[in-house]
Amino acid sequence: MSCGCGKDGGCEKPVFFAKEPPGTNGVKAPWWMKAFRITRVRVFSQAFFFGLFFFFIYVTWFSRLKGYPVSLFLEVDPLVGIATAIATHTVYRHLVWSLWLIIPTLLLGRWFCNWMCPYGTLHQFIGWLFNTRRNIDKIAINRYRSIFQLKYIILVVFILLAAFGSLQIGLLDPICIMYRTFTTGIAPANDLAVSSIGGAPWQLFKPGTEEYRVFYATWFVGLVFLGLVGMNLVIPRFFCRVLCPLGALLGFLSRFALWRIDRDVTRCTDCNLCLAHCEGASDPQAALRKSECFVCFNCIDDCPEDALSFRFLPVKKPVLTRQPLSKLPETEVAWPALPRRQLLLTGVLGVLAYPLVRLSAAVNPRAFDKKAIRPPGSVAEPEFLERCIKCDQCINVCPTNVLQPATLMQAGLEGLWTPVMDMRIGFCQLNCTLCSEVCPTGAIQKISTEKKLGVGRYAAAGPISVGTAFFNHGRCLPWAMETPCVVCEEVCPVSPKAIGTYDEQVKRWDGTMVILNKPYMRPELCIGCGICEHECPVADDKAVYVTAVGETRSKDRSLLLRSRQT
Amino acid sequence: MSDEQQFRTERRKENAAAPRERLPGEWPTRREFIKRVGAFALAAGGTAALWKALRDPEGERGKPQEPVFRLKNYRVAPPTGAKVLGVARGSRYDLMLKMAIGAIGGIEHFIRPGDVVLIKPNVAFDRAPKLGATTNPEVLGALIRLVREAGASEIRVADNPIESPENCFAKTGIADATHQAGAKLYMPTPASFEMLEVPGAKLIARWPFFYRPFRGVEKVIGIAPIKDHNLCHASMTTKNWYGLLGGRRNQFHQDIHNIVADLALMMAPTFVVLDASRVLLKNGPTGGDLSDVMEGHTLIAATDQIAADAFGFSEILARKGDLPQYLYHARDRGLGNPDWRSVAIKEEQVG
Repeated sequence: MSCGCGKDGGCEKPVFFAKEPPGTNGVKAPWWMKAFRITRVRVFSQAFFFGLFFFFIYVTWFSRLKGYPVSLFLEVDPLVGIATAIATHTVYRHLVWSLWLIIPTLLLGRWFCNWMCPYGTLHQFIGWLFNTRRNIDKIAINRYRSIFQLKYIILVVFILLAAFGSLQIGLLDPICIMYRTFTTGIAPANDLAVSSIGGAPWQLFKPGTEEYRVFYATWFVGLVFLGLVGMNLVIPRFFCRVLCPLGALLGFLSRFALWRIDRDVTRCTDCNLCLAHCEGASDPQAALRKSECFVCFNCIDDCPEDALSFRFLPVKKPVLTRQPLSKLPETEVAWPALPRRQLLLTGVLGVLAYPLVRLSAAVNPRAFDKKAIRPPGSVAEPEFLERCIKCDQCINVCPTNVLQPATLMQAGLEGLWTPVMDMRIGFCQLNCTLCSEVCPTGAIQKISTEKKLGVGRYAAAGPISVGTAFFNHGRCLPWAMETPCVVCEEVCPVSPKAIGTYDEQVKRWDGTMVILNKPYMRPELCIGCGICEHECPVADDKAVYVTAVGETRSKDRSLLLRSRQT
Repeated sequence: MSDEQQFRTERRKENAAAPRERLPGEWPTRREFIKRVGAFALAAGGTAALWKALRDPEGERGKPQEPVFRLKNYRVAPPTGAKVLGVARGSRYDLMLKMAIGAIGGIEHFIRPGDVVLIKPNVAFDRAPKLGATTNPEVLGALIRLVREAGASEIRVADNPIESPENCFAKTGIADATHQAGAKLYMPTPASFEMLEVPGAKLIARWPFFYRPFRGVEKVIGIAPIKDHNLCHASMTTKNWYGLLGGRRNQFHQDIHNIVADLALMMAPTFVVLDASRVLLKNGPTGGDLSDVMEGHTLIAATDQIAADAFGFSEILARKGDLPQYLYHARDRGLGNPDWRSVAIKEEQVG
């Protein structure tokens, strides 16, 4: 049998990896052996996890939620688990599940990157779809480059920031990027398609809202996403190899992996064919860089000499009984290649990065943005910034579209893409606590409606307030325009109402008599839900609007002396 | 065909005949095996154990656990026959202080040798001493020297001003007076505040307090100017404790009289000095014009801060009618006696 390389009988490969089984020269392999060879199983796994991810995104919605673990990908993400543990010294709720990734990585290496990660799958797929390279160019482009160290630098900076109490991993964590992009880009794009085109196939993934969702951040998040995916055309798996902090963390753990790709130097002819489809650019043709290998098994598949295998505890320097064939005797580079001096500089960078993000007035109690209104259940701002990974799952599940990824103006770089509420777009629905359900890290802690509303055993603490509504008398119809209105008072959902009215009969300019109910706030009753602002008919610049002051999650942003803390 | 080529061809034939197997030289040593597998078990088990230890299913453990502290009672029982108020009139502050404190029991009675003493002046604003918005630095200097003579081992001066601390301490003359008299100055930093618990307080049951200078302190003396104040009518010795609090104290004005009564509950000082060397009659509590200020030529020492404030309000500011509400609130809560005419008092002209 020939594999096309023109050499007779030199191309057999062991069972399971083989396109054809060994020792069966000239005999065709049975179909199942081809179908279930491991690289194909890997593709099935990638498709399955990508589908699962897509499914979770889809069911992150009130009527579909049931009991699905919709934030599972974030909860098993060890970068989320470890970085929040460093920042908060605790492991919130389901983040213990990160063990399900940590332990297999300690055994097998960075398998996650090429078996499970939906972003990795997307990169590989796009790279495959748009590949125009010839084999020889593929071999060249898949060689290891020193730029791949950058991800370790990014990881160290993020970990140091977490230790200081500023969690920034979400900017580049692949799972966060995926959730965020699907939430603020792909899902609303589908909404838009349904509302403007209608019918199949968009209707399959019909949106939860009647109106398509809108986000200030879509263009920004989308451009980052497209840019990173597009880089695959320049360097295959650019994000995974160069930037991914989760990959860097798994790469670090892979140093201890018990299994790895092992090259038999008495078989290897230095043909470099193993590089042609190498996903990690991990040098399987020379000393394997354990921390770069994605365990995709393409190299084993591609090796015409049966020189590569995936082995338990391979020996770094085997005692050879035969003269080696390969001219490269090394077999392993265990540690991520980050020279000590570079590591030191990275540490300095991490320390400098902290003031860079923290000294933003936007997140300081003295100058926080009035529109940076956090969802109910959020912990106080310093703790919030220790926890929020900007995954935007809360935004994905929000039924009113009130939750928005914060802009740079609202939250500085430190709080970029963290959730804030825009009451013009939506409002915080009284009996809804979905955002607190899906938050994987406890930035928004899981609350019950009893706790949110301050009833039952929470009666003493009172309801959670996220801000306070204010009237702008100059734009309010009864106050300034002799026109009856008080939609705000009508929709105010708390009992007793947080909006009262001064009722006055006045003679209008045309001589007609009219009763004006001039609204006023009762600040101790207001929960900041913003339905008054959302429903106010003065559409462009509302006559009643909520700002963050008066929120009950900390005294720092309270309004009243007798303020509650919940 | 060269030797090299021949070797390669033969080797490849050899390899093709036999699928790859693990050769004897490719097995790890027992030591290596135990080391690697042991390291894995340790890392996996260690992470699992760590995760279990750090587990926080409700998210409550992750919230900052703010330690709370309570203030000591700094009072010293007055000797028999001591007055509650000592009022000295004159212009030599050292003699006046001696007389006024003498009347309430004498400095040696209150300050024991070796005591660590904290003195709380009012340094709220960046104002020259002559403008009467802050404690008179000469009076403060005289008080520090008096406490030193009584044998105090360490004297600290502390306040949390409204305006920037460094400027306030410098321009009020308080920093110079403190250093010249040999006391230690404490300026507030974010780290010097801790959560104070005041049992029974209506509004400040828990509030951030400028605690760092209070560590190891045995005696506390308040020394406050007497000033007009729009909202609470007069700022004197009880209102002076406002300067020890941090946090959102701009909310205090929503119920200032209960706040000042809470302050009287919060702080049980060794004694207080009402510094009426200058009196800010109007445009308080900031002042800003010499015409707002009257020379008072009076210093009052008291073991009852409520009585001292009531005296200051009626006699020094010479306001008619009701006292400020907070004094009645304090009386109702058993914190002092605003009816200064009924307490033991000694008034004397000195120097």
